[in-house]
Amino acid sequence: MPYITGGFPDMDTCAAVIEAAIGAGADVVELGVPFSDPVADGPVVQASSHAALQAGVTPDDVLALAARFAGRVPFVLLAYANTVAAYGLERFARRAVASGVEGLVVPDLPVDEAGGLAAVAAGAGLSLVPMATPTSTDARLDMVAAAATSFIYCVAVTGVTGARAHLGGELPGLVARLRRRTATPLVAGFGISTPGQAAEVAAVADGVIIGSALIARVAEAVAGAATATAVAEERAPAGRVATAAGSARADAADGVAERARAGARAAAELLGGIDAALRQTAEGATT
Amino acid sequence: MIPDSRFGPYGGRYVPETLIPALDELSAAYAQARDDRSFQAELDGLLADYAGRPTPVFHARRLSELVGATVLLKREDLCHTGAHKINNVLGQVLLAVRMGKRRVIAETGAGQHGVATATACALFGLECVVYMGAEDVVRQELNVVRMRLLGATVNTVESGTRTLKDAMNEALRDWVTNVRSTHYVIGSVAGPAPYPAMVRDFQAVIGREAREQVLGRYGRLPDEVIACVGGGSNALGIFHAFLDDDVRLTGVEAAGEGLESGRHGASLTLGRPGILHGSRSYVLQDEWGQIAAAHSVSAGLDYPGVGPEHAALKDSGRVTYEAASDDEALRAFVSLAELEGLLPALESAHAIAYVLRAARPESSGRATQPTAGAAVRFSAGDLLLVNLSGRGDKDVHVVADLLGVDR
Repeated sequence: MPYITGGFPDMDTCAAVIEAAIGAGADVVELGVPFSDPVADGPVVQASSHAALQAGVTPDDVLALAARFAGRVPFVLLAYANTVAAYGLERFARRAVASGVEGLVVPDLPVDEAGGLAAVAAGAGLSLVPMATPTSTDARLDMVAAAATSFIYCVAVTGVTGARAHLGGELPGLVARLRRRTATPLVAGFGISTPGQAAEVAAVADGVIIGSALIARVAEAVAGAATATAVAEERAPAGRVATAAGSARADAADGVAERARAGARAAAELLGGIDAALRQTAEGATT
Repeated sequence: MIPDSRFGPYGGRYVPETLIPALDELSAAYAQARDDRSFQAELDGLLADYAGRPTPVFHARRLSELVGATVLLKREDLCHTGAHKINNVLGQVLLAVRMGKRRVIAETGAGQHGVATATACALFGLECVVYMGAEDVVRQELNVVRMRLLGATVNTVESGTRTLKDAMNEALRDWVTNVRSTHYVIGSVAGPAPYPAMVRDFQAVIGREAREQVLGRYGRLPDEVIACVGGGSNALGIFHAFLDDDVRLTGVEAAGEGLESGRHGASLTLGRPGILHGSRSYVLQDEWGQIAAAHSVSAGLDYPGVGPEHAALKDSGRVTYEAASDDEALRAFVSLAELEGLLPALESAHAIAYVLRAARPESSGRATQPTAGAAVRFSAGDLLLVNLSGRGDKDVHVVADLLGVDR
């Protein structure tokens, strides 16, 4: 399950990344609604949110992005509490469902603050996904298990989002404590960046979320493509037809298309590798 | 009894699940400490012998004459470290020690809360990390040096608006990562429960003292109590003892470059309810709920949110909220220096600026230039109590640059 910040690095590249993710075997796509103050996120997601906001991306743009792929892959939206509150709980839930969104994660809305939104979401046919963390007490895991209607988001590490060399070994204990309480699928995220880590997580959880690693790869590829385009233009300015405006527009379109291709390639590579690792783990488990 | 977590529709705990057990632990520890005489005795001892309480109430005679009422200043600027912030920090650091947390983090805007936290950590031998926005690191350089001399690590925050809001984001991220070993000393009546109620309780000593002092000297309560409001801790600290009295309460926010300029910190005056830094309160935000950048010449008021109890007090009408501009605050800074020999913190200068709106037009001098806000008239017999929440040493170079004073 890949996570990408909606509208990052631009709407077209983001769409190409989603397309690539579907191609690489994503079962669900998690789309982030960029927020000015994402306290649960590490530097990579923060930077992507900031860039998307600078580019003028709104919650409606992110919903429109999901709607483009409606029917092809289920979407889960990640939005901070104030985004949903400012939009209006009911309106947000209704529009999300109309855009093909099935689940909603609100990282700063713990289960005991979520009652109002959970009810509104359920009424609209949207599943509010609760989060469980290694620091959650047993009593809180009871609340999480009771609130879950689709899956439980298991936070794999004590910390914010972002790649780590080692996951720290807190997830198996959390998963075991949840399994004793519920048959709801457990999907793990935060800190998981490599095929090896994905396989390690898949050995205990039912799903794996890859966010910061994907965003970092896309950002890197897009930056590379931009440099390549700039270099190519510098090398051959004389060869261009001098009808300036039309040519500049074509260059800009070429640039965006090239960025989108580069972003999609990077996403396909990372997610393809992770999908292969997950398939291997699954085969290992069944044999 | 567990401290208040809601103030009408405001407050709550809008933070990642990872932090909730730590907030539960803190609520329980605080509830226990509050009813524990040995904790209170230890805190009272520190407030007296270390912080220098009780702070005096000073009759500012020349200022009084200028505005046509009796102006009393509650001298929180005389607290150790130079502001009211130490009252809360000593309470929270004692709690951290009780909870066995050896690492303490804090956010700071003006640097006063950071200095107070670094001070208390030095006193108790705790590790201290302070987050401060890059812009504030520049404009409050003196306090950065003070924190480092006290043994604290100061982490410069480059994200977002590079001010108090982003320092608080970064402190929350640190806490999410190190929650098992770390106590987060929030410096205002903001953040998730139990902070707004707990910080208010630790600051309420200001109003309790002042109420007794004014009653003792004048045989009656003040007519109006005035304090500046950023997050709002010095204001709630002095207001709280007067909530049930027939006393006007006035909070003064930062109008920055003017309320119509869009560059201000007047969350209560111009914000609308939203969720920021763990609680629901008035927030400066755009139509999509993106938090707006605040602005104030004073780093401590340069914040797009405000404590949730203030939101409830605004809605109920018990407290009136005004806003004073950067220019008014600068003029108030100079006036208080010239009239009373006191350099107020730029934050506190906003409260003085409100009082100066009543300055008599016939008197001459810098203090009586026209102001942006509506004129204020006090009755001759009015007794005004202003919280002078901090001293302005930290601001002298900012003020000198803005006013072109020779160095």
